[in-house]
Amino acid sequence: MTIKERYEAREFQTVTEVSGPLMFVNLRGMGEVSYGEMAEITTTSGERRRGQVLDVSKDLAIIQCFEGTSGLETKDTICRFLGETMKIGVSKEMLGRVFNGRGESIDGGGDIIPDKILDVAGTPINPSARQYPKEFIETGISTIDTLLTLVRGQKLPLFSGSGLPHNMLAAQIARQAKVLGTEEEFAVIFSAMGITADEARFFRDDFEATGALDKVVLFLNLADDPAIERLLTPRLALTVAEYLAYEHNYHVLVILTDMTAYAESLREVAAARSEVPSRRGYPGYMYSDFSTIYERAGRIHDKKGSITQIPILTLPNYDITHPVPDLTGYITEGQVYVDVALNRKGLYPPINPLPSLSRLMKDTIGQGSTRSDHKFVSDQLYALYATGRDLRDLVAVVGDESLSETDKKILEFADLFEQRFINQDYHEDRTIFESLDIGWEMLSIFDDPHRVLKRIPSEIIDKFHMDKRDDKTDFNSVDI
Amino acid sequence: MTMANSEQVGYIDRISGPVVQASNMLGSKLYDVARVGEEKLVGEIIKLTEDLATIQVYESTDGLTPGEPVYLTNAPLSVELGPGLIRQIFDGIQRPLPVIREISGDFIERGIEIPGLDHKKLWDFAPSVKVGDKVLGGDILGEIPETPTVDFKLLVPPKINGKIEFIAQRGDYNIDDTAATLVTPSGDKVDLQFYHKWPVRQPRPYHSRLPSNIPLITGQRIFDTFAPIAKGGTGAIPGGFGTGKTVSQHQLAKWSDAKIVVYVGCGERGNEMTDVLQEFPRLVDPYTGGPLMDRTILIANTSNMPVAAREASVYTGITLAEFFRDMGYDVAMMADSTSRWAEAMREISGRLEEMPGEESFPAYLASRIAQYYERAGRVLTIGTKQREASITVVGAVSPPGGDFSEPVTQNTLRIVKVFWALSKELASRRHFPAIDYLLSYTLYWSALEDYYSQNVNPEFPELRTQSLALLQKDKELQDIVALVGPDALPPSEKIILETARMLKEDFLQQNAFHESDSFCSLEKQYLMLKTILRFYEKAKDLHRRGTNVADIFESDLVIRIARMKYIEKSEVETSLNELMKEIDGLTPQNFEVEDK
Ligand SMILES: Nc1ncnc2c1ncn2[C@@H]1O[C@H](COP(=O)(O)OP(=O)(O)OP(=O)(O)O)[C@@H](O)[C@H]1O
Ligand SMILES: [Mg+2]
Repeated sequence: MTIKERYEAREFQTVTEVSGPLMFVNLRGMGEVSYGEMAEITTTSGERRRGQVLDVSKDLAIIQCFEGTSGLETKDTICRFLGETMKIGVSKEMLGRVFNGRGESIDGGGDIIPDKILDVAGTPINPSARQYPKEFIETGISTIDTLLTLVRGQKLPLFSGSGLPHNMLAAQIARQAKVLGTEEEFAVIFSAMGITADEARFFRDDFEATGALDKVVLFLNLADDPAIERLLTPRLALTVAEYLAYEHNYHVLVILTDMTAYAESLREVAAARSEVPSRRGYPGYMYSDFSTIYERAGRIHDKKGSITQIPILTLPNYDITHPVPDLTGYITEGQVYVDVALNRKGLYPPINPLPSLSRLMKDTIGQGSTRSDHKFVSDQLYALYATGRDLRDLVAVVGDESLSETDKKILEFADLFEQRFINQDYHEDRTIFESLDIGWEMLSIFDDPHRVLKRIPSEIIDKFHMDKRDDKTDFNSVDI
Repeated sequence: MTMANSEQVGYIDRISGPVVQASNMLGSKLYDVARVGEEKLVGEIIKLTEDLATIQVYESTDGLTPGEPVYLTNAPLSVELGPGLIRQIFDGIQRPLPVIREISGDFIERGIEIPGLDHKKLWDFAPSVKVGDKVLGGDILGEIPETPTVDFKLLVPPKINGKIEFIAQRGDYNIDDTAATLVTPSGDKVDLQFYHKWPVRQPRPYHSRLPSNIPLITGQRIFDTFAPIAKGGTGAIPGGFGTGKTVSQHQLAKWSDAKIVVYVGCGERGNEMTDVLQEFPRLVDPYTGGPLMDRTILIANTSNMPVAAREASVYTGITLAEFFRDMGYDVAMMADSTSRWAEAMREISGRLEEMPGEESFPAYLASRIAQYYERAGRVLTIGTKQREASITVVGAVSPPGGDFSEPVTQNTLRIVKVFWALSKELASRRHFPAIDYLLSYTLYWSALEDYYSQNVNPEFPELRTQSLALLQKDKELQDIVALVGPDALPPSEKIILETARMLKEDFLQQNAFHESDSFCSLEKQYLMLKTILRFYEKAKDLHRRGTNVADIFESDLVIRIARMKYIEKSEVETSLNELMKEIDGLTPQNFEVEDK
């Protein structure tokens, strides 16, 4: 084939059908089109859009159109195949910049000069190359640091719902996150999928106010941006994250919001292909698809950088069994549950520790990293709060006459726990030592600590209990 | 995996995700491996219609183009069976991940062709047969000390027999060297190497099945005492996310009294495999004293790795398990999670546009699950000297929304004989392991009871029955308490509540991450249970003699019962017997004294 023929064989004006987000192109037996290849679509008005091949044979290519199919038709629309899979040019210059959901600069700063051009689909990290995440990230938020420790390289989603302050929480984590005793390069990559312009502005303003904007890369696909583009946005963000983490030693925090909107786009494409759906119309491969996003978090042997992910999910009806949180929970390393009832009580951040979990916490906390009492304080606070809530339910039914003195104290503890421990200011940045000590103050309301605080070994009680502390010890130290 | 010289036959017609259709494929066989495209990606033919083949590809198909060639290998998907499997970590089609890393770096690139076993490494072989001996498939030709705790036994592969004409003498060999030459009854000469290949979807033969009457001791109290699994048995651990499937499977992999453990991470997290890789070499096998890694084989096809290879990974795992069973070993295989395997089948089936069954799983889901668990069992192996050996299979199941009525859980429960039900409710109370002690069951108890009576203690079955009854009663009482508060109950029932609380907190709860609690011997389990029930009897007695129930359970002995689980192995017997003696010695006077 000559170059001209080859070129022609890659450009088609033979769109046979446009349906939902999909476009069907007749290749007339001569197209050498690859699976996953990018296509450029030119509309009758000359507008150019991008799409990707989802299914291809000699005769037919099915293309998912990232920027929507409105205005496409079967007569004059031109589809040119670009001969490569989806790529993004990356460089350190991207820090401080704003891009749309398909990676084009939208801050007026012009195109970046790429240092490398990378495939956005990413390839799986070899499990034998992974390093188990063990480094404590102090977020300054008591509930998270004490009970749901965030770890460098972890993927820890916020399970939230509409009307809840998950954005504030994520912004506060991004602002305050630090690793004790280190001054390393960090970056935040923010991938917006279908959130409102207001929400996006909130994050931007927050980053700006703290002077962190030049450490942030924003990819914005907003609510009124093309829905299918959302399938691309997190992958662009993670490709940049990998570049910064593994080639430039950055500790990268990636915020992905909202994964529920992402899942809806996935469902839209599946429905347009008339695939047999699995639960609630979502495609059967949604778990695998999610994993190609979430599993891009982690640490690698002999690499300094890391990728920590905080995906945000708005649970439809606050329902934790909905496929989006369910399949997410099956992949991520725990979850932080933002609770509508605690929010109604006016608590911020309304994190309910009981349905929350950080799976990587156990190997991370303790002497040398946080403090030797951490694990026990955490278990004890959790257990007492759980009992306290049960007792509240019981009291609501049978009254409090039958309660023992200890039970009454536990009820008091549960209230204190919410007001003193969970509740904190949006700008309040507590050290882990402060958080643990607030814990001890609350635990000190019990008259017989050795009997009530069953989760804490006696020697730890004797050392850390507020009434027993000696003034020679520095309790603000990871060494004790 | 290695490939025979492959010749081109067909061309790619269509690519849809992991599924590729190729034409001009006459002469290919179902389930044969095909190499797809210029890069020769590994795939397996899963459907043939005239000259059209449908191939599931074990690597990413991005960038494949219709018209690219397809090569045939004329061999089914197979694994290499020989020395060098132990301590290794493979992907779903037996490619060693550390070797992939040497070739492609920290990220897995595709199109990498490497054999499952190291063909260069030298092994110290000692023959155990001599020229002139007659041997059958399954007979041992010699041994290689593969790890300090596992002797690799070189077997005559199944279906081959004959007279030894040559046997390698003691010395160092690589696996391609000739280990033996047999002359078959028909006079043919067969050279045997130190490894052979076996197709993963074909069960390896055994002589006959044996009864499942020996427990697989797991060191986990909830399992061993209440719902034990037999060696050669099958079990499932269903549970919603975060309820403890993986921790339970890791516990089984660590502490089961199996000689070999095959752990398949099927569509789960990368970090969990890393965890095993970093932890197992440091942990000590309680049975041999060596590092746990010395008996462990890992297969990791994580969630983000290609979905077709995930489908293959459980077959790769069970085939390796069968190979060690054939050597005469007790093997335990864990698959975390079989739901991801079923979902891989669903995804492929959807691409084939097959008629979907329940929740769009393929109609053959039930039979695939059954066939897989069928490969477990305690058997007499093939060979002149038949050996007793077993494969115990435990599969995690991840039901959507934690709802056990879904097809994978239901089809699994129809097959397996042990059901360890994880409970979201218990997990959210941090009652770990969060196994629902009333919902879970074992169908092996009647076959195992004698073992417990004879090898642990004749009282054991009775203690178990009594504890289960108390837990059952507790459940009924808890429902009442939720309505009217605990005060409304008579003292005798309060004693039951308190005893059940001890059973739950001090016996059933077991911290996987606590050094002295992670593994609990059967002896210790028995003594702990006995101590709690001894206290129960004493409490009833004290109450009859006028002591206040609340006071009884405030006794310091109750705190000591709560600490039983942390008692070191060496001190268990003396300290628990001492504790029981003190319980026996309690009288109402003890409590009156305390009042003053
Ligand atoms: N026996 C145990 N001892 C202590 N902690 C446990 C135990 N079992 C589970 N856990 C706790 O529960 C968490 C979740 O357990 P695990 O990872 O096994 O869940 P899972 O059922 O495999 O979830 P997923 O389906 O998402 O993989 C652990 O990280 C640990 O904190
Ligand atoms: Mg798991």
